[in-house]
Amino acid sequence: MSALDKRRSGDNQPSGVALAGDYWRPDGRPDPLSEKGRIGIGAPLSRVDGVEKVTGGARFAGEFTFEGMVYAALVYSTIANGRILTIDRQEAESMNGVVRVMTHENAPRLNLPPVFLMSPNGAAGDDHPIMQNDRVHWNGQPVALVLAETQEQADAAAERIHVDYQAEPAMTDFELAKTQARQPDNVLGGPAEITIGDADKAFEMAAHRVDAIYRTPRHNHNAIEPHALTLAWVKEDGSEKESERDGETLRIHDASQCVDLAVASLAEVFGIDAARIHITSPFVGGGFGGKTLWQHQILAAAAAKLVGRPVRLALSRKGVYRVVGGRTCTEQRVALGADADGRLKALIHSGVVAMTRHNNLPEPFFQATKCLYAADHIRLSIDVADMHMLANTFMRAPGESVGTFALESALDELAEQLGMDPLELRARNEPEQDPTNGLAFSSRHLLEAARAGAERFGWAKRPIQPGSQREDEWQIGMGCATATYPYMRMPGAAARITLTGEGATVDIAAHEMGMGTATVQTQIAAARLGLPVERIQFRYGDSKLAGRVLAGGSQQTAAIGGAVIAAHRALVIELLALLGENSPLAGLTPDDVECRDGGLCSSVDASRFETYEQILARAGRRELSVETDAADSAELANWSMHSFGTIFCEVGVSDVTAEIRVRRLLGSFDCGRILNAKTAASQFRGGMIMGLGLALMEETLFDPRSGRVMNPSLADYHVPVQMDVPEIDVMWTDIPDPHTPMGAHGIGEIGITGVGAAVANAVYNACGKRVRELPVTLDKLL
Amino acid sequence: MKAFDYHQAVDSEQAVAQAVRVSGAEDMAKYLGGGTNLVDLMRETVERPDALIDVTALSHAIDETPEGGLLIGAATTNAELAGDIRVRTRYPMLSRAILTGASAQIRNMATVGGNLLQRTRCAYFYDMATHCNKREPGAGCDAHEGFHRYHAILGTSSSCMATHPSDMAVALAALEARIHLRGPDGDRQLPLTELHREPGERPDIETELRPQELIVAIELPRLPMAARSGYRKVRDRASYAFALVSVASMVALDGGTIQDVRLALGGVGTKPWRAYRAEEALRGQPATEATLVTAVDAELAAAKTLPDNAFKVELARRTMIAELSRRIADARSGGDA
Repeated sequence: MSALDKRRSGDNQPSGVALAGDYWRPDGRPDPLSEKGRIGIGAPLSRVDGVEKVTGGARFAGEFTFEGMVYAALVYSTIANGRILTIDRQEAESMNGVVRVMTHENAPRLNLPPVFLMSPNGAAGDDHPIMQNDRVHWNGQPVALVLAETQEQADAAAERIHVDYQAEPAMTDFELAKTQARQPDNVLGGPAEITIGDADKAFEMAAHRVDAIYRTPRHNHNAIEPHALTLAWVKEDGSEKESERDGETLRIHDASQCVDLAVASLAEVFGIDAARIHITSPFVGGGFGGKTLWQHQILAAAAAKLVGRPVRLALSRKGVYRVVGGRTCTEQRVALGADADGRLKALIHSGVVAMTRHNNLPEPFFQATKCLYAADHIRLSIDVADMHMLANTFMRAPGESVGTFALESALDELAEQLGMDPLELRARNEPEQDPTNGLAFSSRHLLEAARAGAERFGWAKRPIQPGSQREDEWQIGMGCATATYPYMRMPGAAARITLTGEGATVDIAAHEMGMGTATVQTQIAAARLGLPVERIQFRYGDSKLAGRVLAGGSQQTAAIGGAVIAAHRALVIELLALLGENSPLAGLTPDDVECRDGGLCSSVDASRFETYEQILARAGRRELSVETDAADSAELANWSMHSFGTIFCEVGVSDVTAEIRVRRLLGSFDCGRILNAKTAASQFRGGMIMGLGLALMEETLFDPRSGRVMNPSLADYHVPVQMDVPEIDVMWTDIPDPHTPMGAHGIGEIGITGVGAAVANAVYNACGKRVRELPVTLDKLL
Repeated sequence: MKAFDYHQAVDSEQAVAQAVRVSGAEDMAKYLGGGTNLVDLMRETVERPDALIDVTALSHAIDETPEGGLLIGAATTNAELAGDIRVRTRYPMLSRAILTGASAQIRNMATVGGNLLQRTRCAYFYDMATHCNKREPGAGCDAHEGFHRYHAILGTSSSCMATHPSDMAVALAALEARIHLRGPDGDRQLPLTELHREPGERPDIETELRPQELIVAIELPRLPMAARSGYRKVRDRASYAFALVSVASMVALDGGTIQDVRLALGGVGTKPWRAYRAEEALRGQPATEATLVTAVDAELAAAKTLPDNAFKVELARRTMIAELSRRIADARSGGDA
């Protein structure tokens, strides 16, 4: 018996990988990689880029250099609405090392930036003209850019630029703005209001009712790497001569989670062919939705054009707060009406969020509510209050992170009223199919996840009566909440696979921002091609590579997976076409073969096998390269596709100071097949830690008089420090979704969802105080 | 940041001489300790000195005094002071206060002298686009109707309610530390509690230091009761946050009577706040809950609050009572110090 045969017959573990079929169809076959026991899938492989990162070898966007590079510093407006009357740049331009000061008076002419969710090429946060006129639209808008030979010279000169403004009335007070709220055209492309039955009437008639307002504050992006880029307009031959600017390529090292989309947007802004723009972003120090296209990249490119020299622009932490949008504030009403058994008769989740007239992201707080609970009557709606502020944007689980705070707090209040275990209340309202669109769930094992989590956490020991358990001055309480985030696979993904005798390279314009993408996709490619991980090179973070893949919406893993599945099929078809008549594989069709042991093999006869090296050599080929688009994401039309989980939290609340200490935190998730136990655990934990920040401390202080952010620093804007974070336990069902690539769901965002409510519910259980306004700080408990 | 000259002093005489030479009529030289606050202020252009005189090479010594106290060179880092075994055993509240402040990295840089002269963290003070009487007397105070959750409730004026941010200084106020100064006109000493001023109409003038005067040392007097002292800091996260309220306390008992007490507060005062009124109401009184409540309420009777910092009265009240109760319990179980 050959070694191959032994492996085949030894146990039931599959080893060869057949081509994935039509997983997106109702009658389709699941991706073979989703099967249990796939070698390498799920293994806790350490990060392939880990050593480079911890030894300082990894180069980030602000660390690249170009010869003759100058450094940029920005001057930010100090009014929220109005006009620039004068900008005195004379003193600055006379200072040592200063090359040029760019303002609206001398900036190159630029087209309006296409905006996310408003234009197919939109990567920009808003559609304001960028330094093209004297208008100021938010407090903190860049009004001048200084270029100097050193960063210090640029910074010093920026302080000496004097701007006179004519301020005009500005809407900077949310309390005022919300009195003029409007219904937006759409919310993430869907309706801004969803009505099933008559929720208001059903609510009035319900035996048990909870009706409360929940508030969440603004949040700012605080990736460990502040936004930075280094760029040059380069001639194709590498020269940077000013006179030959026309034939130039804009070469950008950026910190980006959307290289290809950013290219498309910049091409529109500068009115040039997208082929003339090249963005690379090999390492990104965290994205979370903020590393898209903001004014700083466009201004840096314009300034480089103005002076004919390469430019580096690295935002200070404060600069990130001034030019990169964050999560907007919300005021949400949740009204739940239930019968005596806890079955929901009415579910109302409505409210208002701050936005601008120049972007289109109404913080979609009702997203989770759309799919979580069965209710006879449902009404969901979001209104927007237009303000003079920096455009808000995506921030880890936009919608679900703050929406679950409101919804899951309200469920806890209802459970209390009913005298019911909050988990039992949720279980009783587990829907048969998606409650708002009627589709079947592709994969939903929330109750299993909740039960397993409850058991490991010791939920049964939770104090029923608030304030009934204590240790010294600490009142102990437990809380739980449901976590959820949708599965997505956006159109546009494509992949190139290049096979040589040594191994394979997978190229795709995707991103590694610390999530583990490079590692996981290396594992997947290795498993799919039947190669060891050492022989796989996964290349990403380069706009010249195949496809358009956004590192957002927790969709990258599926998007890349879908593209690689398509490219895998194309590769095998090409390989089979290369076979001569002498090949043991001759005559087989793509669906008759599997990839294993570095080659192709008949799926029914292990003796019919040839290595890739042999196939290529016989055909006289050194390599074989295919590039293919992913199949359309038809699965999303067939099913309601979501990840689920339950967050459990134990807190202590001091009865002296009302300080809150999170003592234990557990997340039990149902996210399809887990592809790498190590990087997945990190993603879940990272999201949950961010959830602790959301629950307990994160808050942008937006001064309602001036529209100015008053805490633009990590000293004043609190995120959890090591001592705030307890041991975090994570677990998962590992049940594959039969209708997704690898059976997997994205896991980058679900970790933050539910945490706000789990903490607030635990605080209530500890001390009997219900806090409906985040963050839960001690003054709200005194 | 504006360009500046940099001088390194080898001793305090040289430092003062350099400052005098650079400053001329205007006080445009600044002494540089660890720079953990001054450099931030320079980055924000709140401080724009022409010259920095680096005094980190001055004395780091922590010496015994003939009276049984300690004399601490002003260039001693916060980390060195907090780790000193004599401080940890004889003045534990000081060690604890320091260790609750900032981060390990900052404590390794920050000096004791610099810590005392750090400036408030009021957000409006740091933002040149806003109005601040501390930066510019008469300009107005945007914190009053703005964000003032961290602001003081004691020692405030209509011009300024900014909190003094130091933890260490709160412990030093309780410990009756004395500040040794050297200036162009010679040496002098001040009690720590008289170093800082309440804002009044001139919140820009924060200390009693004279032009070019340099803190050269901090003296801790012999204080046996301090061996059972404590420091509790209440804040918005478990580390790396300024105090909402902090309490430095020590109590000596004579039977059931409070023989002596030292109590100081952080996070609530415009200066490191020695709670003299509470101390007065405690001394010689029975060590009972009622005494504590009366004393604490006496101290807080003068509190002036605004909507966002009103909670500090109750928080300070509870924290003081809890801390004093703990000190009394410790004194009871440990006998006389």
